[in-house]
Amino acid sequence: MSTWAARLDNPVSARLRDPAVSGFLGIFLGAFAAFLAIPPIEARTVTWPILVGIVAAVLGVWTVTRGRRRLGWGAVAAGVIGIALGIAATRSSTGNLDAVFDATLIAQTLGLTTPLLFGAIAGIFSERSGVVNIGLEGMMLMGAFWGVYGADRGGTWVVGLLVAAGVGGLLALVYAFFAIHLRSDQIVGGTAVNFLAVGITGYFFVQLYNNAPVPSGVSLLPNVHIPGIGHFLGAAIGDLNILTWAGFALVIVSYVVLFKTPIGLRIRACGEHPRAADTVGINVYAIRYGCVVLSGILVALGGMYLSEGPEGNGSFIFNMTNGRGFIALAAMIFGNWRPAGAFGAALLFGFSDALALKLQVYSPQAATMFRSLPYVLTLIAVAGVIGRTVAPAADGKPYAKQ
Amino acid sequence: MSDPGPTPSPEQSAETGTLAARLALKQRAGGIIVPIVTVLFAFVMSFIVLAATQRSFHTALLAFKEIFEGTGLNWIFHPTTNLITSIAAYNLSQTLLETTTLILTGLAVAFAFRCGMFNIGGQGQYLVGLIIANWVGVDFAGLNSFVHILLAISAGTLAAAAWAGIAGVLKATVGAHEVITTIMLNWIAFWFGEWLFGAGGPLQNSTDASNPVSNQVSPGARLPDFWGPQGFQGLHIGIFIALAALVVFWALLNRTTLGYEVRAVGFNPDAAAYGGINVKKNFIRAMAISGAFAGLAGALDMLGGTTNYQFGQLDIPFSQVGFLGIAVALLGRNTAVGTLFGALLFGALLYGTNHGLGSGSVIQPELAGNLTYIIQGLVVLFVGADILILYVWNSRKRLRRKPPAKSTKAAQAPA
Repeated sequence: MSTWAARLDNPVSARLRDPAVSGFLGIFLGAFAAFLAIPPIEARTVTWPILVGIVAAVLGVWTVTRGRRRLGWGAVAAGVIGIALGIAATRSSTGNLDAVFDATLIAQTLGLTTPLLFGAIAGIFSERSGVVNIGLEGMMLMGAFWGVYGADRGGTWVVGLLVAAGVGGLLALVYAFFAIHLRSDQIVGGTAVNFLAVGITGYFFVQLYNNAPVPSGVSLLPNVHIPGIGHFLGAAIGDLNILTWAGFALVIVSYVVLFKTPIGLRIRACGEHPRAADTVGINVYAIRYGCVVLSGILVALGGMYLSEGPEGNGSFIFNMTNGRGFIALAAMIFGNWRPAGAFGAALLFGFSDALALKLQVYSPQAATMFRSLPYVLTLIAVAGVIGRTVAPAADGKPYAKQ
Repeated sequence: MSDPGPTPSPEQSAETGTLAARLALKQRAGGIIVPIVTVLFAFVMSFIVLAATQRSFHTALLAFKEIFEGTGLNWIFHPTTNLITSIAAYNLSQTLLETTTLILTGLAVAFAFRCGMFNIGGQGQYLVGLIIANWVGVDFAGLNSFVHILLAISAGTLAAAAWAGIAGVLKATVGAHEVITTIMLNWIAFWFGEWLFGAGGPLQNSTDASNPVSNQVSPGARLPDFWGPQGFQGLHIGIFIALAALVVFWALLNRTTLGYEVRAVGFNPDAAAYGGINVKKNFIRAMAISGAFAGLAGALDMLGGTTNYQFGQLDIPFSQVGFLGIAVALLGRNTAVGTLFGALLFGALLYGTNHGLGSGSVIQPELAGNLTYIIQGLVVLFVGADILILYVWNSRKRLRRKPPAKSTKAAQAPA
């Protein structure tokens, strides 16, 4: 017994015995079980999904017995759902499957993820510094409209990008003044920002464009072509938008800035314990102003992707964000206020959106249900079923200097 | 989060002495003046936007005149009860219809505020009320009219109460913030509605499969109109139910043990718990009651026929009354009387801007609706800041022995 334990005492196997690892492995395998039955692997027998799903469930049970109950049950659920989806997929015809699950689904997922990702990272910056930003939706809408306007009047998408960032930052600055200096309730202020953005964009849309689509030929955000990476990869990631790639970079940059640099430490200190931060000489107001304005700029870029990206095609529609700012907020919460987590959540929500688009042809009913998935998942996440989400301690609490 | 709103009632303040009572009186005066200033400020700002973008002071003035006439408030200059001949009377009846809904969605937000919670989910609860009232109103067609109406209203109200109760339960059991959960519940209700009324949905109409709307509520379940001939879309009796709800709101909060507990939790949950009040129970209860008000709004709208007794996929994204309730409640300082006036203002604004400028002779009609959003946003923004004024005022009262240098500086800034 003792030799057995001693042999397992080296760092690598110790990490493998950590219930968290087995739990996440279980969840991963559960997802993999469903994945086996769809292209490009497309197993045509139910054996493989069931086998992998059972392994996932076993890992989950093991995790439960080691004390990580929520994670463990999550893995069990993932295994069971994986088996069910796998069986369902093997029962349906390969033709349909090929049409729904192909490389363009990946491209579409990444495209739909982009605005959510920008929004979620924007929310992380604001909330990590201690300012709740319900106004993400409104700032995103501002980016969507003023981005088109800038690209149209300036003649190039670069101007649109700058205008969108500027207007988003400006609205965020107004919100920051109310939230930080006037110490007004941040939820109320954010709600006001959302109303204002709907009104302002709608008003100027009518005023400047007569409520008609923006003239065609507006300079769009360009796609990045990557030649010579094969048929499947080429269709999946060979033609992604520049902002999509920027979004991937943003995840890494924001992680490094927030968790590996002194300024990130200061930002987090302001969000966890502003008084302590103030005591050691950090200018809490300056940090919070900076973070909220940065948040407005980032989310406005995400909004610009909606109107100026490949899907938007250079046209603005009244209230075109249609809740995407709130999904971004959900992705931020679901990702536990961390860039990598938010990226994962945004990917998941983007995937459910892309799947809904694809399913529209076969079953509009199922597609509609898929659209509500992000909200249901977030509700489950905040209810603490899949691990607890923990907001920064001083999130939403105005700080009064002494 | 700073404590949003509830000012100590004068009775409470009076007990602590004459100075406190005088302060409470002053505060109550401020409680009336500050919203008025806020509204005036929002109107002036939107006037400036209008004048600047139209490059004409005169056009802006004309537009505001048309908005005023669109609300039907000019009815008081030549009152008549005949809806068919008098445009002003008809406009007024429509303004009052909007007011009916907004009173209730405003109360929904206000009630949760009094318990220290921000119910941003009025929109979702309103949708649940609409959906359930439609379902009951379409089915059960053989019932006695009175029973049918009562059944549809109570089903819509209870369903919305349960819907909001989810947020209450989550807050009470796992501490999930109600703002997050109600936002999520809003969108779940929204997509649920899209699913129900969409192609092949269970509540889609039975005649035209390409039309994503519900069936019409059966005639027996419709609320009778009392102003204007039946079927003319005049003013239905829902306004009396809304006014009754105002009284219920006031009585519930100020004259019952439940209300006392809710307010105590709203002032300070820790102190309330120390005093033996079950805080968790009150979170759930307050949230459910809050949802009931919003659900009642939805049920009355459905049975009262503002959307012609039907409801569909296309209506869902455009309905904003649940969110407007936030502005109404904040402007009304979360009191019954304040909510009434807030609802009147926004009801008038909503109908006035959308229909007063509908002719397009002064400015483009589409501009007008967006003007409502701008005014609404400005009101919420500044009312939100003005909560701070009260907060600072309260803390100054509490700390009046200490030098209040910082607080007075902050208090002057937003005014």
